[in-house]
Amino acid sequence: MKTLKTTIGRRSFLKRSTVAGGGLVLGFSWMVSSCQDKSVEEILAMPEEWFEMNSYLKIGDNGVVTIYAPNPEFGQNVRTSMPMLIADELDLDWQKVIVEQAPYHADRYGAQFTGGSRGIMTRWEPLRMVGASARYMLVEAAAQAWQVPASEITTAEGMLHHEPSGQSAGFGEMASAAMSIEVPEEVTLKEIKDFKLIGRSQKNVDGKDIVMGKPMFGLDYHEEGMLYAAIVHPPAFGMTLGVVDDSAARDMPGIKDVVKIKTYPEDFTKAIFDVNAFPEIVAVVGNSTYEVMQAKKKLNIEWKQFDSYSESLKGWSGEISESTVPRGLESSDSHLSEMEALAAKNGTVARRDGDPKSAFSKAHRVIERSYSAPYLAHNCMEPMNTFASFEGDRVRIATPVQIPSLIVPTVAGALGIPAENIEMEMTRMGGGFGRRAYGHYIVEAALISKAVGAPVKMIYSREDDMTHGIYRPTYHAVYRAALDEDNNLLAFHVKAGGIPETPLFADRFPAGAVDHYLAESWEIPSNITIGAFRAPRSNFIAGAEQSFLDELAEEMGKDPIAFRLELLDRAENDPVGERNDYDAARYAGVLELVRDKSGWGQNDGSLNRGVSAYFCHSTYAAHVLDMQLKDGKPIVKKVTTAIDCGIVVNPDAATNMAEGAITDGVGNALFGEMTFKDGVPQKNNFHQYRMIRMSEAPKEIDVHFVQNEIAPTGMGEPPFPPIFGAVANALYRSTGKRHYSQPFMGDSEVIG
Amino acid sequence: MAAITLHINGEKRQVDVDPATPILWVLRDHLQLMGTKYGCGMAQCGACTIHLDGTAMRSCVLPVSAVGDKKITTIEGLSADGSHPVQQAWLQHDVPQCGYCQAGQIMSASALLQDNPNPSDEDIDTAMNGNICRCGTYTRIKAAIKTASKLS
Repeated sequence: MKTLKTTIGRRSFLKRSTVAGGGLVLGFSWMVSSCQDKSVEEILAMPEEWFEMNSYLKIGDNGVVTIYAPNPEFGQNVRTSMPMLIADELDLDWQKVIVEQAPYHADRYGAQFTGGSRGIMTRWEPLRMVGASARYMLVEAAAQAWQVPASEITTAEGMLHHEPSGQSAGFGEMASAAMSIEVPEEVTLKEIKDFKLIGRSQKNVDGKDIVMGKPMFGLDYHEEGMLYAAIVHPPAFGMTLGVVDDSAARDMPGIKDVVKIKTYPEDFTKAIFDVNAFPEIVAVVGNSTYEVMQAKKKLNIEWKQFDSYSESLKGWSGEISESTVPRGLESSDSHLSEMEALAAKNGTVARRDGDPKSAFSKAHRVIERSYSAPYLAHNCMEPMNTFASFEGDRVRIATPVQIPSLIVPTVAGALGIPAENIEMEMTRMGGGFGRRAYGHYIVEAALISKAVGAPVKMIYSREDDMTHGIYRPTYHAVYRAALDEDNNLLAFHVKAGGIPETPLFADRFPAGAVDHYLAESWEIPSNITIGAFRAPRSNFIAGAEQSFLDELAEEMGKDPIAFRLELLDRAENDPVGERNDYDAARYAGVLELVRDKSGWGQNDGSLNRGVSAYFCHSTYAAHVLDMQLKDGKPIVKKVTTAIDCGIVVNPDAATNMAEGAITDGVGNALFGEMTFKDGVPQKNNFHQYRMIRMSEAPKEIDVHFVQNEIAPTGMGEPPFPPIFGAVANALYRSTGKRHYSQPFMGDSEVIG
Repeated sequence: MAAITLHINGEKRQVDVDPATPILWVLRDHLQLMGTKYGCGMAQCGACTIHLDGTAMRSCVLPVSAVGDKKITTIEGLSADGSHPVQQAWLQHDVPQCGYCQAGQIMSASALLQDNPNPSDEDIDTAMNGNICRCGTYTRIKAAIKTASKLS
């Protein structure tokens, strides 16, 4: 049992009110879902009166409860799992819960941030506290009404019971009285064994609306009288807007206006998520999507190269730094040679244990391998879009966005209005993967609405979306290992870099497991914009590291799992250095679990198996991937997975996340690639950018979770990075050839 | 612009649009049937899949003028209440993650089962290969199609 001061979210209790008439308080009633198979209207008679216990929760007089899901949703299922946290502590009847999307409101809902696999981790105690506080108030109200000690009152499935006197009441009956109970100074949370919902799979509350095609995404937003807008951005990185001749476009049917948009005011200090290669664009505004997309083609625009410039960036904690954007039209061919040139020089030392130089010089043999990976585009299925309606000095926005709090100051600055004049609804996102943390498209839509004086829904075409930047960077890593005559590992060296950022995590495994260890990094500036992409940096370095360890184990004549466990045993019992940022026992735990569940030891040689494990975003994941070659094509027969993310709130949904991450990883390892020629992205739609499809997906995925009582950590990212290593290692077993350069297949139909 | 009559989900609907407009945008912008999604605009991703006289078609490349008297079914018309076996199977397997591609997946799957009530894994791979799921729910989609095959 854990007693906590109700500090977090306390402000959310200050605005208690009764909402008469049963109306939903938000305008977006299409973001409402009930927790049963049938629709809200079919199952739940709407209450005549709602009692708003706090900003997350209102209880209807008939016992129906609305929970506001605070965080934006793009498929991690937080609109189900976060309400579960509140509902469990409050002992709600899940069948009587309605989930409604909270609007952006930092005071009421704290960090409405979906990214970094931090959602459940950061909401774990605060949301349970919300439920526990409301439960306390209902119990106190019943104690006063029944004149019995509160300690004798129990709750279950939306009911209050006093067994000694035989009295019972629904939460709806006591909600009015509970409104006058003081919010408790501290609350006691349930013990894990007492959870009723947490740890038991609950269906996605949005499942039925999704399969029926109900509007819920940003692109589905519609208001009478709104206009549609399409944008045109420069065709190449390194270029900007020159002279615009829009006369032909204006003559096209249905076109209302063509406007130039400058996303940032002069001398604007950008925040770190204001990444934007193309701050000056042209927007075509008209009566329908088709018409604006047609008119775009009639624009005559002279693009020009820009000169190098510097810009001010405000970091997480408000510190200002200057950054230079280099001029020029870059190409992938020269990127690779530039990376190889830097990889051959000394890098910046990030960590050194022992005396790696001396150890390498004494080595009986040194194993050295190089790995590389290309830029990747996020390719969310729903392209970037935003609805914005600017009136007077206010703007209403409906948008698919991962971090609303970080774009609000930018929108305010761009429009010249106070931040409090921005009303933002977070729609469901048709994919995010990090891309929608960068909200330039929201600023653009707001500026277009202001420029044309009308509500506007702005939509990127697939081509706009794929060629706009914010890519996963291109990376390179060199790994070296020093072995003595008896094949003992003497020293380990990693040198990793990228354009424009290094993927190095100097303090991760196998740091801490080797006496002599050196980690170096390097970076090359670029004007091709990059951003967070599902497990940033880990999504490359995990695969490189796990491929190298696999090859190293083979060179040393060891089983790949046993070799990793040996290293982890050293890191646990006699760690080298003090900054090792992983728990060696939990790391070993997922390897042991995946070894057992996959029947690793029983492989008679008929299975081409690759193992890989990684720790990132506070969660441990290990995979064993079984591959077969059929007519030169790698078929992923089965992936067995073990994950330690602490308590699993919604097991089937977490399993779904793992399955998706595995499939995503297999696809990107085999096919994912964006290239450039003279600044121009060489792929602009799915006929050129190869995505994994049904026939290439793993035939079977078997996910297992380590059972423990550790507070939950993330699931969105951690299973993704290690799959790259599992694919590489299984490819080696299948083809007899090591693969070092992603994508392993690219556009070819057979593995080379 | 031209006045065009369409048969959509059992109803006659009139629209006044450029005849070259793809059905996708007629559905979304002119009739507010938002279930059919835009993903690529070139029949590469399947998010816009509808049925034309029962056959799965990519509505993003199908001009409204080409439809004629053929009957259009969108995800909204598959069932009034989500009771179609494919929708039920999707719920049973809790298939969706972000959900954006799923209407297109369901329309492709329901057309497949119409023609081939007991598809093999290979049949499913072939029929569904035109529908991208960026979240990677393919294993659940395949399982749900097999369940729907039994429910049908």
